[in-house]
Amino acid sequence: MQIKTTRLGEVTVAEIGGDIDGKSAPAAQAELLPLAGPNCKLIFDMATVEYMSSAGLRMLLSVRRQINNGGRLVLVNLPEQIQDTMAITGFLDFFTIYPNLAEGLAAFELEVEEVRL
Amino acid sequence: MTLAPELQRIDIHPTHSYQGYRMRIGRAFPFGASFVPGGVNFSIYSRFATACTLVLFEKGEPTPMVEIPFPPEFRIGNVFTMIVFDLGYENVEYGYRMDGPFDPTNGHRFDPTKILTDPYAKVIGGRDVWGKQPDWDDIYQHRARLVYDDFDWESDRPLETPMEDLVVYEMHVRGFTQHPSARVRHPGTFAAIREKIPYLKELGVNCVELMPIFEFDEFENSKTSPVTGETLYNYWGYSQVGFFAPKAGFAATGRMGMQVDELKTLIKDLHRNGIEVMLDVVFNHTAEGNEQGPSISYRGIDNKSYYMLTPEGYYYNFSGCGNTLNCNNPLVRNMIVDCLRYWAEEYHIDGFRFDLASILSRDQNGAPLANPPLLETLAFDPVLAKCKLVAEAWDAGGLYQVGSFPAHGRWAEWNGKYRDDIRKFLKGDGSVGAAAQRLQGSPDLYSHAGRGATASINFITAHDGFSLADMVSYNEKHNFANGENNNDGGNDNDSWNCGWEGPTEDIGINQLRRRQIKNAVAMLMVSQGVPMIVMGDEVARTQQGNNNTYCQDNALNWLDWSLVQENSEIFRFFQNMIGFRNAHPVLRGNGHFRNSDYMGCGYPDISWHGAQAWNADWSDGAKTLAFMLSGQHAKGGTVSDNDVYVAFNMHWESQHFGLPGLPEGYKWHVFANTAAPEDSYTPGLEPELAEQSHLLLGSRSVAILVSKWVG
Repeated sequence: MQIKTTRLGEVTVAEIGGDIDGKSAPAAQAELLPLAGPNCKLIFDMATVEYMSSAGLRMLLSVRRQINNGGRLVLVNLPEQIQDTMAITGFLDFFTIYPNLAEGLAAFELEVEEVRL
Repeated sequence: MTLAPELQRIDIHPTHSYQGYRMRIGRAFPFGASFVPGGVNFSIYSRFATACTLVLFEKGEPTPMVEIPFPPEFRIGNVFTMIVFDLGYENVEYGYRMDGPFDPTNGHRFDPTKILTDPYAKVIGGRDVWGKQPDWDDIYQHRARLVYDDFDWESDRPLETPMEDLVVYEMHVRGFTQHPSARVRHPGTFAAIREKIPYLKELGVNCVELMPIFEFDEFENSKTSPVTGETLYNYWGYSQVGFFAPKAGFAATGRMGMQVDELKTLIKDLHRNGIEVMLDVVFNHTAEGNEQGPSISYRGIDNKSYYMLTPEGYYYNFSGCGNTLNCNNPLVRNMIVDCLRYWAEEYHIDGFRFDLASILSRDQNGAPLANPPLLETLAFDPVLAKCKLVAEAWDAGGLYQVGSFPAHGRWAEWNGKYRDDIRKFLKGDGSVGAAAQRLQGSPDLYSHAGRGATASINFITAHDGFSLADMVSYNEKHNFANGENNNDGGNDNDSWNCGWEGPTEDIGINQLRRRQIKNAVAMLMVSQGVPMIVMGDEVARTQQGNNNTYCQDNALNWLDWSLVQENSEIFRFFQNMIGFRNAHPVLRGNGHFRNSDYMGCGYPDISWHGAQAWNADWSDGAKTLAFMLSGQHAKGGTVSDNDVYVAFNMHWESQHFGLPGLPEGYKWHVFANTAAPEDSYTPGLEPELAEQSHLLLGSRSVAILVSKWVG
């Protein structure tokens, strides 16, 4: 499991890679949870996640639950199989997803536009 | 406002260690394995065990990572309980070794060489993918696992649909979508049912009754079919390994151990679409079979408590499956209550149908009890208070309790007499008097005990027996593919092949069969009580004359979705009939008719008719019957509905029926006539009947009329 965090303007992008399972989920949570502060603009780029177990999905949802109304998390580049598992097990219902990073970033920009208008 | 800092409990620290694992005494409740701060609480009881060892595996590994004997001081009464710290929830599998006497004559079969599954296991691995050959050398076949009960249900809760408004659809999880024609992403799974919810809604049913979904072993007694050479499985699954764990092989995510989330997601989505979920639960026996069967769990943990034993220590076989769960032993009774509460609370299950429920009314020696404690407990349980409780009110030991199942005002029954009497009437046999009772919700069986029409689950077909299409295509069962020389399955089918055994090109016979299918569902949907149909009957699914397809994992059991198109005429008729029932509360009473005009509207709540209005032919050999329901008396007069008139002509020739006159300004309209080219209309769009005083009804057909104001 690896996590690389970069900042693009107001948006924090965490690139998550490798296996997120019962063994690695606690460490992933320790890294991701601090990003989920008030009014966060957060993208998890899942492109290189190879395996996401039940513990991994629970970790993701628990990070999602820490984000208050002002903050926002989107997932991008979800591998097809993980997206399928998330759909079947109901986890997908709690996330906003975009096919790629550009669209994920655009979603935040759109939000900024809307606020200005 | 400042919040007080959270104080740490002082009992979260280990007191013992064993081979590097840290433990302390656990809590007896809840039984099973549950998460506590820092660890997992294991709790298991055995009345006669002398010692117990917790066996822990790394997931999927052939040998245990550790075996921790319960220190003597970790035993409270007959409960062994221990907290083990620092266990990852996803990677651990656990089982037990139980020591005690091996003394079958006295009922004890302890064998510490066996690793046993926790009876309270909430996830069981080992058969994670349906039909995948297990490793038969594995020392632990059905591996208990840990689960977080943390599903986010949002605002979902059981629907609590009134019993009388239910239309039940009995189905097999795998059979519903395994056929390639289903065109779903994960055939044969909980997830795939979700993809087919629009179909269920289109049909109009509002409750699915799932054939067993507790963990079972599809390889139990598997063998090769002498006819087709295919593997025969324990396909239906009426043989439970564990009562708390969903069948992993029914989940697309079973290989990931996520069957709990997948099933809950399905239930949540069904609820969102107004569809209840009823589970077919099998508490009459377990997968351990008789003396020759495997020691999976119960036998090795507490044989004498879990099973009904003969004085010589053999297994009573009231289930026909080798053993009989000792349901009225206080320990087993509590386990069953715990189990149902778990499914009701944790899975939001709306109701339960109890397989061979009469076994639940037997005492520990097998004798029927006047007031079985288990049935009373379930009827009054606060967690189960809004769940439907439905009994298959008989068993394989000869107990038949249809009409007399100890109900406590709560229990409904699979009404086997409904099936038998309606089948006979449908083929022109039997008595119209008996049919009349069934159509009214079987007051002859239920009213004396103060039980209403909703005590009766009405069905003409169920998973046991012929499909509806086969019921009108075969006189005899054709079960050779099951490999039992056609000796299995019932012989009292009350079926009629309409003139030729099996498939035929004869247009007349095929027309008659289609009409008989429509007649059957028409009878079912105009009957008081709760109608149940079986998956695929709505599209004339065939099992090729096999009336006991328990072992067939193939097209005999899989719903062929191309039939939806091919038999769209049948589907549409089912849809209209269900729609008509839903549209008319007069068909959905929860009490019984009083045979009087207590609303003072000029018509009794129910009246019987024949060739002349108001004059039914009750004679022996009569093959016609008609009745009128007065809309003013709908639901005991609490709601107003149209009047409904139904005529059955089960004679081989056309018959005249005199129609009861309607008040000024009202006219009869035709909803259905199974003999007519236009067999039914969309409810609400029924055309006016040309001739208002009588009806000429074609041979073997049903007409349904509805009164409407025309001014």
